[in-house]
Amino acid sequence: MGNILNQIGIENYIFLCVVLFCIGIFGVLYRRNAIIVFMSIEIMLNAVNLLFVAFSTYHQDAQGQVFVFFSMAVAAAEVAVGLAILVSIFRNLGSISIDNLKNLKG
Amino acid sequence: MEMDTNLALVLVLTPFLGFLINVFLGKSLGKTVSGIIGTVAVAISFIVTLVLFNQISSTGKAIQVTLFEWIQISNLKIDLGFLLDQLSVLWLLFVTGIGSLIHLYSISYMHDDENMHKFFSYLNLFVFFMITLVIGSNLLVLFIGWEGVGLCSYLLIGFWHKNQDYNDAAKKAFIMNRIGDLGLLIGMFILGYTFKTLDYSELKQTILTIHYEPQIVWNISIAALCLFIGACGKSAQIPLYTWLPDAMAGPTPVSALIHAATMVTAGIFMVTRLNFVFDLATDVQTVIAIIGAITSLVAATIGLVQTDIKKVLAYSTVSQLGLMFLALGFGAYEVAVFHVITHAFFKACLFLGSGSVIHGLHGEQDMRKMGGLRKAMPITFWTMMISSLAISGVPFFSGFFSKDEILMTAFHHSIPLYVIGSIASIMTAFYMFRLMFLTFFKEFRGTEEQKHHLHESGSLITIPLIILAILAAFGGLISLPGHSWLNEYLAPLFTKVAGEEHHLGATEYSLMGVAVLGGLLGILIAYIKYFKQDNVPESDENITGLSKVLYNKYYVDEAYDALFVAPVNFLSKFFRDYIETGLSALVFGFGKVANEIAIQGKRLQSGSIGLYLFVFVLGMCAIISYIFLAQ
Amino acid sequence: MIHIPDFAHATTVQVLFCFLAFITVITAFLTIFSRNPIHSAIYLVICFFSIAGHYLLLNAQFLAIVHIIVYSGAIMILFLFTIMLMNLNERHQVHRPRITRLGAIVSFCLIVIVLITIFINSKPIVGDYDSTGEDFQSIKVLGKILLNEYMVPFEFASILLLVAMIGTVLLSKKEKLNK
Repeated sequence: MGNILNQIGIENYIFLCVVLFCIGIFGVLYRRNAIIVFMSIEIMLNAVNLLFVAFSTYHQDAQGQVFVFFSMAVAAAEVAVGLAILVSIFRNLGSISIDNLKNLKG
Repeated sequence: MEMDTNLALVLVLTPFLGFLINVFLGKSLGKTVSGIIGTVAVAISFIVTLVLFNQISSTGKAIQVTLFEWIQISNLKIDLGFLLDQLSVLWLLFVTGIGSLIHLYSISYMHDDENMHKFFSYLNLFVFFMITLVIGSNLLVLFIGWEGVGLCSYLLIGFWHKNQDYNDAAKKAFIMNRIGDLGLLIGMFILGYTFKTLDYSELKQTILTIHYEPQIVWNISIAALCLFIGACGKSAQIPLYTWLPDAMAGPTPVSALIHAATMVTAGIFMVTRLNFVFDLATDVQTVIAIIGAITSLVAATIGLVQTDIKKVLAYSTVSQLGLMFLALGFGAYEVAVFHVITHAFFKACLFLGSGSVIHGLHGEQDMRKMGGLRKAMPITFWTMMISSLAISGVPFFSGFFSKDEILMTAFHHSIPLYVIGSIASIMTAFYMFRLMFLTFFKEFRGTEEQKHHLHESGSLITIPLIILAILAAFGGLISLPGHSWLNEYLAPLFTKVAGEEHHLGATEYSLMGVAVLGGLLGILIAYIKYFKQDNVPESDENITGLSKVLYNKYYVDEAYDALFVAPVNFLSKFFRDYIETGLSALVFGFGKVANEIAIQGKRLQSGSIGLYLFVFVLGMCAIISYIFLAQ
Repeated sequence: MIHIPDFAHATTVQVLFCFLAFITVITAFLTIFSRNPIHSAIYLVICFFSIAGHYLLLNAQFLAIVHIIVYSGAIMILFLFTIMLMNLNERHQVHRPRITRLGAIVSFCLIVIVLITIFINSKPIVGDYDSTGEDFQSIKVLGKILLNEYMVPFEFASILLLVAMIGTVLLSKKEKLNK
């Protein structure tokens, strides 16, 4: 069947992933809503995952996909805990704006 | 051999056992019982000593006891062992003998003291260490005893520790001794380094058979000098003698036992023990002789004008020790040992007598407030009189023989030192009889109340006095000129043939005559001045001229103060006030700077997550650009 | 260099890629810019689906399915539930100070510039893609690799998930239970 990348080109994947990653960063910086911040983080994670898969195909090697697998597991755990924290923050503060979280103030 | 080991252990450990009992149980046992325990412990040691003495003088062989191997470092091996030979047993005889008498005396003397059990425990500990010092088979065991007696001396001088002056005197004694101890240690190190052993017999063997290279002779000389510094500290020689007069702060039995009869002779013991080392270091021997002579003269001159009865005796002790070192310096060890023994007898007797007087006067020590005690205290008077005659060198008392031998030895080696020694002897006669006349003759000069209470001391005090007086009178018999039992007894110890045999020729007899005349002259001057003319020393303010200098002990203490104490104090003040302040400021400054940085830096921690993220992204950009773009 | 597809002669695969990439980027943007969190979540789901499409395009079927199950299924449901639990909507829209927006845009531009510069500056990627023809990404192969080579990390992943689960339960408990 040949390598699919013959037709698309790894550069395009890299480019796509960079854009996606930057969108994620922008979201983290731009939004104050903690849930959206989380979503942005997910977008960043996915950008990286996609790049892993692209390179896995590029090298014809399954290791990249295995890594994506683990990264998904971590992401799932992270989201679960993160959202639980958010819920309790919301419960205590009545808001999920990250501007209200000033406990780190020295 | 087994028997000897047991005997040696009994000898050493009985006083230690006495110490343990007294220190832990003494308080509950009661004063008399604790005193008896202390006395019996030392008396047992004395009996063991007698047995050993008997054995050794009959066989003539030294007993070497090795308990166990103590230290083993590469080729240096040190055993914990005892050497019981003629010298150590002789020393033990008067240490434990006089020790027993003084313990006996103390039962009565210290009876009014609330800490009597403590006193006896210290005394027993002292005897234990003194025995260790004397019978150690190597220098390290000697050093244990050496330090131990120093400690006990400190404890006993400061026994009445509620008086700050006494504490200061104790500290002074301890520190002065430490200076000497350092010398002893260095000497030991050099010997150990050079000969790989500290054992007396091995050292002697090595030194006698060794091939003399300049380096080794040099090492031996330095070692001998250092050892002599150690002896100076312990035996109160110039320049380390000033602690001994101050040490009179302790109870009088302590002065008698430690600061007259036993501990202060440790230096002489050590030099005698290592005679084979000192014989090789002739320059050091000269130094010893000169220092001994000067010490005897200086101390005697100071003794001329002292008014405290114990201070007079203390300076007399220093002076007599100087004479012993004079003999040591000439290599006449047996003569020095002879004088140590006779001195131990009469000086212990004198101290105990003065203690009896002080006891009778309820603590009065100033001779200007005594007088006329002859009738009230006849036994004290007569025993002290005998001892004074002995120390003054009046014929046929013990001091006559021993002092005469020292002077004779000096005469054969060096006329100037002989003259110095003779002058010191005349002075000795003078100040001893000054003491006697001021204390026992004429009218009583104290208060009415004291006069009312004057009485002879109890039998526990007088019996030791009588025994010691008898010994002081007849002790000279052990080494009569021309036919000396002591010299023969000690002969195996010394490498060279025991001195030049004193042929009793015309020179010797005339020397004896001169010495006797000198002694009588001193007594006569004292008689004229203090009996005929009825002089009493001026009170402190009225002393002028030379006698003021003497009364203030040549201002040596003041000079030491100015030379050593004041600069050190100044330095410590300087460090405290300036250096430490500066250092503190520096240290606190670091703290302040860190604090300030933290306070300013705290503002960066705004707690705004948005800001953190922003800065984080900027940092990430910087890192990525640095990694990928900065080639 | 960025390869501009020639639409006239585009193959099916290329068209598919462009389409999916377009959807991915657009929905990602919409996720961020939607005022309503629910809308954001919906857009994110679409974004994830398009990424799953990318996976399929790269012939990683197993990953594509796992991706859909985990992200679109589990994680997104979690998001939606959370949003609904908090009853968030536009009313809760928090105030965004101007400085925040400025900072966000500045850093966005910065990171885009940096990344693109790096991308352009890096060595041209080898255009010759080798194809061994071996099967390297079927479920069977992945399973073997996971349970042989990556046995221990695999087990750790399960422990991680367990811990996350316990943690979540603990965190979500009502406060008063602790008191």
